[in-house]
Amino acid sequence: MLGLKNFLAASALLAAGALAFAGAAVAQAPIKLGAVLATQGGPSFLGDPEAKVLKLYVDKMNAEGGIAGRKIELVLYETNGAAADAATFAKRLIAQDNVDFIIGGSTTGETMAMVPEIERAGVPFVSLGGASVIVEPVKKWVFKVPQTDRAAVEKVYIDMKQRAAKKVGLLAGSGGFDKSCTDNARALAKTHGLTVAADETHGAQDTDMTPQWTKIKNAGVDAVLYCGFGASSVVVTKNYAQLGLKIPFYHNHGSASTRWIQGSGAAAEGVRLPAEPVLVARQLPDRDPQKAAGVAFGDAYKAKYNEEPSTFAGYAYDALLLMADAIKRAGGTDKAKVRDALETTKGLVGATGIFTMTAADHSGVDVKSFRMVEVKNGAWRVLY
Amino acid sequence: MIRRREARRGGLGALAAVLLVLPFVLPNTYYLNVAILAGLNAIACIGLNLLIGYAGQISLGHAAFFGIGAYVSAILTAGQGWPPVLALLAALVLNGALAFAVARPILRLRGHYLAMATLGLGIIVAIVLAQEVRLTGGPDGMPVPPLVLLGWSPPGEAAWYGIVAVLLWIAAWLSLNLARSPIGRALAALNASEIAAATAGVDVARHKSLVFVLSALYASLAGSLFAHYAGFITPAKAGFLQSVELVTMVVLGGMASTFGAVVGAAILTALPQIFATFHEYETIALGAILMGIMIFLPRGLVPSLARLAGRR
Repeated sequence: MLGLKNFLAASALLAAGALAFAGAAVAQAPIKLGAVLATQGGPSFLGDPEAKVLKLYVDKMNAEGGIAGRKIELVLYETNGAAADAATFAKRLIAQDNVDFIIGGSTTGETMAMVPEIERAGVPFVSLGGASVIVEPVKKWVFKVPQTDRAAVEKVYIDMKQRAAKKVGLLAGSGGFDKSCTDNARALAKTHGLTVAADETHGAQDTDMTPQWTKIKNAGVDAVLYCGFGASSVVVTKNYAQLGLKIPFYHNHGSASTRWIQGSGAAAEGVRLPAEPVLVARQLPDRDPQKAAGVAFGDAYKAKYNEEPSTFAGYAYDALLLMADAIKRAGGTDKAKVRDALETTKGLVGATGIFTMTAADHSGVDVKSFRMVEVKNGAWRVLY
Repeated sequence: MIRRREARRGGLGALAAVLLVLPFVLPNTYYLNVAILAGLNAIACIGLNLLIGYAGQISLGHAAFFGIGAYVSAILTAGQGWPPVLALLAALVLNGALAFAVARPILRLRGHYLAMATLGLGIIVAIVLAQEVRLTGGPDGMPVPPLVLLGWSPPGEAAWYGIVAVLLWIAAWLSLNLARSPIGRALAALNASEIAAATAGVDVARHKSLVFVLSALYASLAGSLFAHYAGFITPAKAGFLQSVELVTMVVLGGMASTFGAVVGAAILTALPQIFATFHEYETIALGAILMGIMIFLPRGLVPSLARLAGRR
């Protein structure tokens, strides 16, 4: 009878398990906001500030009476960036937590894994992922905050042209964002009158990129764009300085955090990148419509967490603003009405940019919302 | 032997009963979703248990077969417009061929060396899947069209649950039968001692290859189904951590126990979900539970508990 006993033991265990997680169910609440963020592992530099902002501002909004008189309840699930987990959490938010609105997917991969379930169930969804595939083609329920990698490349190319560059070198890591960014950089070069003279990649764990730099240098390029983020972006910058290179060097908006400058130290001097206004809000001219919102956000974040907000913190803030704005205009949390309201967002001033959504554009910000910044004396300086 | 056959029937009957009752006691589709994921992991684990539990060979690269199954299904249906069932069969053929090709050289190794070789295989597959961006979409993954069976597409979690439950039961039935067949006894013999088995006339190399191919097919089936069910697949599902997780499920549930593999898969799929609401302690709690089980129930959950029950 070993088999049957095995089986009985097995079923008892399973029953215990089922009970345990039935107990984890959450009670009903006014406006239920679901979030899936990558606060652990490699992409935690994205998810961690995003989660901090959501917690901070949900409390803040509730203290001020909530949205249209209704409090917000945040249901946050944290991942390590694994797409499969994000998909399961999306199902959980929809089927079990019955959320009215979903923010999240810190990365493109997580977002894309959540999309099928969200589209099927029909829940308004604002992603914090970077790549353009999230909103191209347009998906009915899916919106996103960050400018696309394409917009970042465009901004960099415009600046390169102003410095009379003709031949551009590309350097990238092996991640999804890196690849998407390089693809856009190759495709956009021609329209900006540039030729790609060097195209190098490095592995995710590489600790020395001097071979790639040597090749790029020998190709005689006029400017270099780095398509990558995270720890490698520091190594790349340090190698650049060690080799004493003087080629104009650009990063993408993935390096737009004070942590990157701290990591790179003196090597970061003179590096330029396209950044969201929130990063340099205090330096913006007073007539800039984003200054007030950016400064207020930066102060609130710093007061609570004692660090400067990164660009990624701004994404989460904007996602919340988009939600609050849409729910107010929809007059409630009816999912279809909130979605329609999201799609007609107009001139909403956020930390990332000024959002105007249309049926054909679920991103709402474009290349204009980027500021070109340069590292000067260990801090960001706005060029234009 | 008669007692054993009865036990097997009893176990399978009880598995069928639980699979039948489960959808009626689970409160909503999210729980069904977890049950489906657990079922798919269980199918892969039943296959892996044939290799680890019965034949005593380790594989630290088994997620590779899962990943290949998922990606072949994804690429053939999304890119080439193949019918999903045909793509699933193609994935099985490809995985079977790959497993067969690597089985002989790899399974000549033992212990740490076998672990290293299968680890290498898994890592190579994961790297290829992440790098062939044009084919696989790279590290960010690719979308997968829904499953279609004879013009019918499972409309929701309930239908999917049905499919997975039936396949899981068949997978368990096949595994139990195999374990009690001459092949199963040959595997048990070579598990105990390869030299003794060879002396007794067991073709060791052939049996090892066979069980390796079989376990790859189980993983491939689970992978293909997962791809269609999730609608999206990333290379992480073929990665090292995934392989380790599969092995952990088998070891936790109890080696050489088909139901143990099912229980191990169910527990390790559900646990992270239980802890998701107090995620700060998730990793610590998971680790503590695993350590506790391995210290106090070293033979794995199901065999250890069955033994306790049998003693009374």
